[in-house]
Amino acid sequence: MADLLNPTLGNAPYDVMRVRQDFPILTRLVHEKKGRAGKPLIYLDNGASAQKPRAVIDAMSHLLENDYANVHRGVHFLSQRSTDLYEATRDKVAAFLNAPSRENIVFTRNATEAFNLLANSWGGRFLSAGDAVVISWMEHHANIVPWQLLRDRIGINIKVVPVLDDGSLDMDAYEAMLTPEVKLVSITHASNVLGTVNPAARIARLAHAKGILVAFDGSQAAVHQPVDVQAIDADFYIFTGHKLYGPTGIGVFYGRKELLDKMPPWQGGGDMISTVSFENTTYREAPYRFEAGTPAIVEGVGLGAAIDYVSTLGMSAIQAHEQRLLAYATHRLSEVEGLRIIGTAPDKAAIISFTMDGIHPHDIGTLLDRGGVAVRVGRHCAEPLMDRFGVGATARASFGLYNTEAEVDALVDAVQACKAFFG
Amino acid sequence: MFDDLRDLYQEVILDHGKNPRNFGKPAAFNRTARGDNPMCGDKIAIYLTVGDDGTIQDLHFDGRGCAISQASASLMTEILRGKSMKEAEALFGYFHDMCTKDEDDQGDHGTLDEDATDKLAVMSGVREFPMRVKCATLAWHTMNAALHGEATTSTENASF
Repeated sequence: MADLLNPTLGNAPYDVMRVRQDFPILTRLVHEKKGRAGKPLIYLDNGASAQKPRAVIDAMSHLLENDYANVHRGVHFLSQRSTDLYEATRDKVAAFLNAPSRENIVFTRNATEAFNLLANSWGGRFLSAGDAVVISWMEHHANIVPWQLLRDRIGINIKVVPVLDDGSLDMDAYEAMLTPEVKLVSITHASNVLGTVNPAARIARLAHAKGILVAFDGSQAAVHQPVDVQAIDADFYIFTGHKLYGPTGIGVFYGRKELLDKMPPWQGGGDMISTVSFENTTYREAPYRFEAGTPAIVEGVGLGAAIDYVSTLGMSAIQAHEQRLLAYATHRLSEVEGLRIIGTAPDKAAIISFTMDGIHPHDIGTLLDRGGVAVRVGRHCAEPLMDRFGVGATARASFGLYNTEAEVDALVDAVQACKAFFG
Repeated sequence: MFDDLRDLYQEVILDHGKNPRNFGKPAAFNRTARGDNPMCGDKIAIYLTVGDDGTIQDLHFDGRGCAISQASASLMTEILRGKSMKEAEALFGYFHDMCTKDEDDQGDHGTLDEDATDKLAVMSGVREFPMRVKCATLAWHTMNAALHGEATTSTENASF
């Protein structure tokens, strides 16, 4: 355990206590009431949404107080200023994903909207009745339901790659599923429930060998580890800003340029057009063609600040810190009698779902919360996966770059107290 | 750590949660409905035997859920046995108000069986836990759906 207690990465120590000072919310107490002292917040619900560093909050306030105007229109000073700041995020996202160009980056509202873009624009144009899309059993509803809507509209088939008992993707079944009618594989890079990190490069290689395109849901992966869309050879890659310590309301859809260029618009309106007449309207080039209407300007700038923030810490350093936490938390929780960890794949992001004998996850959630520990309980927008593991729901602790081993200890203490309470 | 949670998880609730009464699908029943809480994964089924005179002669439930939802269902099955449909509806209204509204804002639900309202009082702690209200009311909504011949209900319906 010595290395767990003294986290270092090479020669540069990852100073988590220093990092915590960047997040104003982490100093607050919860459940403070007259006559009752509050509890320090132990925030382990990062998989649902992460807290924001001062740098993100300040960037958004600064924009609103100094530089705000609408973007991509108007010749005035502030409009130009706002446009520059907003568009700078596109460059930052491109660098963050190691995308070839800023033109690969489409802004959306969130990951869900990005999947709807993929299904409606690419799917609507290039899929027809009888074609199939391969997803997996561990998908978030965001990568299930848009395909079902498309299926109901045009008659595509959806094939589902099973998950092994340890939470790994069944790669043999996956390979066997890549039949001629499959046109797209759309699979999560990391499971929001199991923590499993799927072998993205191998998934893409196998699909590409059959001429099949690949989309990844990076909502969980992109926050826990470095992502290189060219190295894994993703055709599409999707993530959301608010889980990456940025604001809500901004998500990212990465697409290979030659694919984006062939995709039709899916929402119409301002900003996405070149010329409009009542007879004939022409559209802008990608990525702007997919961004109809005034975008989330403030949030876009906030996402840029979030990317700057995590990049300064270094995604590899964040990953190393979280992997130490994951190992420690897995070890500590495994010692709790009657606690079952759902998802024990060899390659995991710092996410631990668990159940406890005789105690429903919802009750676990309420009790942990009273101890100041915020976890998510429920189905995690992944109902088929819950059924697969024979559980109605789980409790989930998901770690972020500011969590500490002391917080893991507090989680375990609260879990033990929970057991005693329901004893 | 959890002392003030005793208001929510009273001993009676913990007991009913662990040892639910009238649990399991009975051999005979004449009305049933399923209730779903998609937010937390709770599923419940209510099985009613309603007599020709509109009296609830028997009721059972099964399903899975948290201690609050299981205890609430269990208590409900004890309370409603022998009650008329009208009484059951009035108690549902009373219970719903108790879980969701401050005492001053609770409606008038007519004259109710005091034994029943005394028993239900143990559930009043959920009022302080807005996220848990649906856990407590799921069984009652499902019972109400069964009484009115609806096959299913969900906490995501507007009526919740």
